[in-house]
Amino acid sequence: MSTSADLDLVPAIATRREEALTGLSKLVSKGLGWARKYSLFQYPFVTACCGMEFMAVAAARYDLDRFGAALPRFSPRQADLLMVVGTVNCKQAPILKRIYDSMADPKWVVAFGVCASSGGFYDNYATVQGIDRIVPVDVYIPGCPPRPEQVLDGILLLQKRIQEQPHKLIDRAQPALTGKG
Amino acid sequence: MAQAALQKLRERLPGAVTDAYEGVGGDDVALVRKESVEEVCRFLKEDPDLAFDMAPYITAVDYMGSDPRFEVVYQLYSTKKNHRLRLRVPVPESDPVVRTVTALWKGADWYERYCWDMYGIRFEGHPDPRRLYMYEEFVGHPLRKDYPLRGRQPLVPERQVDEPWRGPGPAARD
Repeated sequence: MSTSADLDLVPAIATRREEALTGLSKLVSKGLGWARKYSLFQYPFVTACCGMEFMAVAAARYDLDRFGAALPRFSPRQADLLMVVGTVNCKQAPILKRIYDSMADPKWVVAFGVCASSGGFYDNYATVQGIDRIVPVDVYIPGCPPRPEQVLDGILLLQKRIQEQPHKLIDRAQPALTGKG
Repeated sequence: MAQAALQKLRERLPGAVTDAYEGVGGDDVALVRKESVEEVCRFLKEDPDLAFDMAPYITAVDYMGSDPRFEVVYQLYSTKKNHRLRLRVPVPESDPVVRTVTALWKGADWYERYCWDMYGIRFEGHPDPRRLYMYEEFVGHPLRKDYPLRGRQPLVPERQVDEPWRGPGPAARD
């Protein structure tokens, strides 16, 4: 009866291996999430007056550096957080999309201010009604412009979200492009 | 202030100025025929007593429903004499073409491009008659009163947004 014993053993071993792997990947995911949420390199896509408030948040008084999100990278290839700060109009939409597409995964997007979130009061012929019509958005920060405290709250929300989402050490999946543009 | 300028203009170019009055705030306003814009501007600039050496603003107005429909407005200023003059030039919808004044004031370049972009008034002889603000793919002239307010023309296909508080998408609303 050695064969049946072997057969009995096989799934047990597989299950244990799977369990071990799942546990390991969960641990890795948690660790990666922890590392990634405290090292947000942002690309400031600043188009309008919200930029002043963004500078206030980044400067010493409110100090985004406390959350590991202080250093703006002015190349989308080195950034993993796209901060869309200000009004985006139809003429700029292809630029925004191109910048989003040239960022390496994993990447997150924050809509800073009401114009970026929904178009704000610019409901006219030129303005995109929220950047989520162009790129997917993780956190919306309302306000015209938002208070620095709101922005910090938004960053904390994003960090929570990053910690909770699954991360992989090596991700061979093709990154999803938003399309031509 | 520029009464003397108006007087001189009327003497030198009879028929070019159809009407003149003192506008709100004391600026003198002259209604000028479309055909003689370049001539009038050249005279105003080159006459040593008038010396309007600056065009601080050139824009257009759409009086939809009246004839002629458009009006190009030239704000002129003399840095030497410190006086101002406003020229109103009625332009019909059927032939929205005015001679350019970029040869006189270089700064008129972008203002005329702006008028073309927003109101569709062409400036004959302009060195670079492109749109100023909108993109080349844009159809129509957005500040015309008959252009739809929310007539957005997206350059990239827009994603569907399904949140109910965001209202219908641009395609459904416009």
